[in-house]
Formats: sequence, C-alpha cells, structure tokens
Amino acid sequence: MIVGAFKNAHGGATLHHMHQIVQQPYRDQYWLTIKVSLITAGVGSFLGLCIAYAMIREGTPRFLRTILTTFSGVAANFAGIPLAFAFIATLGTIGIATTFIKDHLGYDLYAHGFTIFGQTGVELTYLYFQIPLMILVIAPAIDGLRAEWREAASNLGATSWQFWRYVGIPVLLPSILGAFILLFGNSFSAYATAYGLAGNSVFLIPITIGFYYSGNVVSDPHFAQALAFGMFVVLAVMMLLYVPLQRRSARWMR
Amino acid sequence: MRRRWIAPSAVVWLVVAAAFFLIPLIATLLFSLRSIQTNKCCSGAAYSLIVHDHQFWSTIRLSFQLALETIAISLLLFVPTVYWVHLKLPRLRPVLSLMALVPFVVPPIVLVVGLLNLYKGAPSWFYDKPYGFLATAYVILAFPYMFFALDAGFRSIDLHTLTEASQSLGAGWGTTLTRVILPNIRVAALGGSFLTLAIVMGEFTIASLSAFKTFPPYIQVVNESQPYEAAALSLLSFLIVWAAMLALVLVGRGRPRPAQVAATR
Repeated sequence: MIVGAFKNAHGGATLHHMHQIVQQPYRDQYWLTIKVSLITAGVGSFLGLCIAYAMIREGTPRFLRTILTTFSGVAANFAGIPLAFAFIATLGTIGIATTFIKDHLGYDLYAHGFTIFGQTGVELTYLYFQIPLMILVIAPAIDGLRAEWREAASNLGATSWQFWRYVGIPVLLPSILGAFILLFGNSFSAYATAYGLAGNSVFLIPITIGFYYSGNVVSDPHFAQALAFGMFVVLAVMMLLYVPLQRRSARWMR
Repeated sequence: MRRRWIAPSAVVWLVVAAAFFLIPLIATLLFSLRSIQTNKCCSGAAYSLIVHDHQFWSTIRLSFQLALETIAISLLLFVPTVYWVHLKLPRLRPVLSLMALVPFVVPPIVLVVGLLNLYKGAPSWFYDKPYGFLATAYVILAFPYMFFALDAGFRSIDLHTLTEASQSLGAGWGTTLTRVILPNIRVAALGGSFLTLAIVMGEFTIASLSAFKTFPPYIQVVNESQPYEAAALSLLSFLIVWAAMLALVLVGRGRPRPAQVAATR
C-alpha cells in the first residue's frame, strides 16, 4: 500500500512537473527548507548533546535525569499546531515574553526586526522538539561512554579537553551524526508547526505542497505530488547516509 | 575523581534547558488567562468559552474515537503478525523493521498526498468518513511505533517455550495468543497504544489536508478569531500528550523502555 502511494506520486508526475520543481521559486523553497532543517538540526544536536551530558554526568542527581527524560518524551511529541500557538502566545506580537521584555527590560523585539512569524521564529519553535529528540537519541550513546575511559585518560595525564578531542568525540561521532540526520529529517518533514506559525510568510516545501493540494486559490494535485516526490528524494538520500552510521555507532553500545 | 556534587557547568546547561522548555508553557498559561475585554490577567473566560463550545466536544470526541480505533486495528493487525514472524519466520524480521522505517522517512504531507491519490476511487463510506480513510492513514502512521514496541516486547520473552507449553496443554492458536502471549507482552502493547494515542490526538497534517474536523484543525480554526482560547486549547493538548507519556512511563517502569518519540509535526 505504501509502495503504491509512491508509485502514484511518481507516476502521476510527468517529466514536465519534474522539470518544474527544480525551477524558481521552488528551488529556493527547497533550499530554504533544507537550510532551516540544517540549522535546527545543528543547533538542536549541539544543545541536546550538552544538556544530555549535563544530565548524565557524574554528580547530577538521578531524579533530574528521570524528570528530564520524561519531559523530553513529552516535548518531543508536543508539536504541530499547539506548539505553534504556544510560541505565538510567548513571542508573538502581544505574547507574554514579548510584552515582558518590552515593559521591564525596555527592549522592543518587534521594533528590532524579530518576528515569530519569520524564518528565525520557525527555527526557534522547531528547536522545542529538536532538542528533546536529541536528548532521547543521544542519551544511550553517552551512557556507553564509560567512566573508566575518562579515568584512564586522566591517569595518563590527559586534560579534559584532550579527553574530549581524542576519546569522547571520536567515539560519539557516529551517534552524533546519526542523530543529526534524524533531526534533519524530523525538521524537514514538519508541516503543522510551520503552518500554524507562518503559513503565509515562510514558504517551506511542505507548506507549498499543502497549498497546492488543498489550496483555495490554485489547486494542482499533480504538481503537489511532484513536489512531494522531490521531498522524498532528499529524505531518501539522508536515510542512505543514516544506515551505515547507525551500524557503526552500534559497535560501542553494549 | 568522583564528584560528590553536581558540576557547575551541568547546572548551567540544566537551567538553560529548564528555561527553554518551561517559558513557553508558562507563557501559554498566562496568555490563556488574559481577559478578552481588557487583555489583562486574569480571567477564566477563555476556558469557559471552550467548555461551552459544542464544536470543541465534537472534535475532541472524534479525535479520541479515532485514537481508539487506530489502537484497536493496529493491535489486531500487528500483534499476530509480529508474533508469527518471531515464532516462525525470524528471517522476515529485518524486512519488517525496514518497512517500519518507511512511515518514519516519509513525511505526513507526502503520505497524505499519496493516500488521497491512491484511494480516490474508493467507495464513499470509506473515503469520505474519518473512520475509514483517516483511521487507515493513522494505522500506517502508528505502524513504526507499534512495531518497535511490540518487537521489543516479544524479544524479551521466551516465545518458543511459552507457545510449546501452551500447546502441549491443549490450547489452540487463539487461546495461546490471547491467554498466554498477550498477558506477557501487555506492557509493550500498552506502550505502543499510549504512543499511538498521543500521535492521533495531535495529528494535524493528514486531518487538515483530507478536510476532516478533528481536534488539531479545530484549534487552528479557533486561533483565527480567538487567540486566548487557542492558547488554552494548546495547553490542553500538551496535557493530553503529558498524560499519555506519563502512562507510558508508569506501565513500563523497571522494564526496557519502548520508543518514546512519535511524529506529528
């Protein structure tokens, strides 16, 4: 059935549509979608890694880890329309944080070019599910980073930086890259969040597909299918990169 | 080398995390409490308006029924399948897990475009009804989460011994499955079910593109005219996910955790 869905998406698209989706403005929209995904995946991976390490490292009370993991499970699933509105309520034109910063700190975000309905706003909102996802995905890998390695390194006179440079990061790298690709796909395929937030101002490819499929003004399902096929190609490439990385990172996790 | 106290940098990162995660939630709560007339805190008007809106009840009921239907169909389909594959066809397991990755890789927006196209000729009792088309789409969406949860469950029990013991005591396949296997994988099945509940209650993309009035599209409609109510509904939606995840953690306490991430973006 799933395979059938794809055949249709492809078969329904003539070469004309395939040619069209690499033209402007769609080329820019693909690029924008990829850019947003790369940025949120990059920032999300970095922050998620730091938070996950802070959560797991020795000295941090155990209960904090339980709370944070459970919360990450919730936050990673809290997406779409409600998430978009939560951020509008926070950082929208009359949002709580916006008015607070204006009244108490004397800085008007919107007068300085910030808007939650723009690209930065979408990226900020995506981070709300990207960071928890990274925490959930990377935690087992950090668990695999054994305390003995760290002790061995320091016995041999390594500094903390040297430990990370020569042991920690190289061991974690496949997991980090794998998680990065997962986060990329996660953000690349997001529709509802961006739709709720910036349906009319940030033209990500999923938004355009939704627009062409159900659009009140123009409706061209075949073209939507061609655009969807383009997305699928990008994700398939990412998946091909993911599988070998996954295999490699599994080696250290026992 | 062993630390007795939490490291300072860890404190900084955890505080950053807490701020980033909690501020939007607190802000949403405060926003939803603003009064419609004065735009000031605090009034429960947004909440009372929601409770008296019959659309709220009808959409949330539809979403909930869809969630239950999806869970029922998924369990009926996947429990026997995964059982059989583990028991008789272990070589098919990698194939199945590869198939389970497909809904992961395919964005919902692409899935809905493909499905709408595929079922265009289907009879209208299926295509025009949420219980037909939408539930089918959600079963596909829930497949990976159900599969990985069940797969982990079946792997942690001694399937062959249980099946043989049950059969040498004279049980048929049906009895074995419902009275011996099912109680043993209950935690996994419940875990998958709660994840599915969270997915279906929050799913917007497919419902909106196929023009069904479930809960998330209702929030979107409300937001166009009543931002404070939309904030209240967003908070409610967060609580639903929170409840589902809490249930997931509680049923799975002390056992290997099932996958915790569902995608409804």
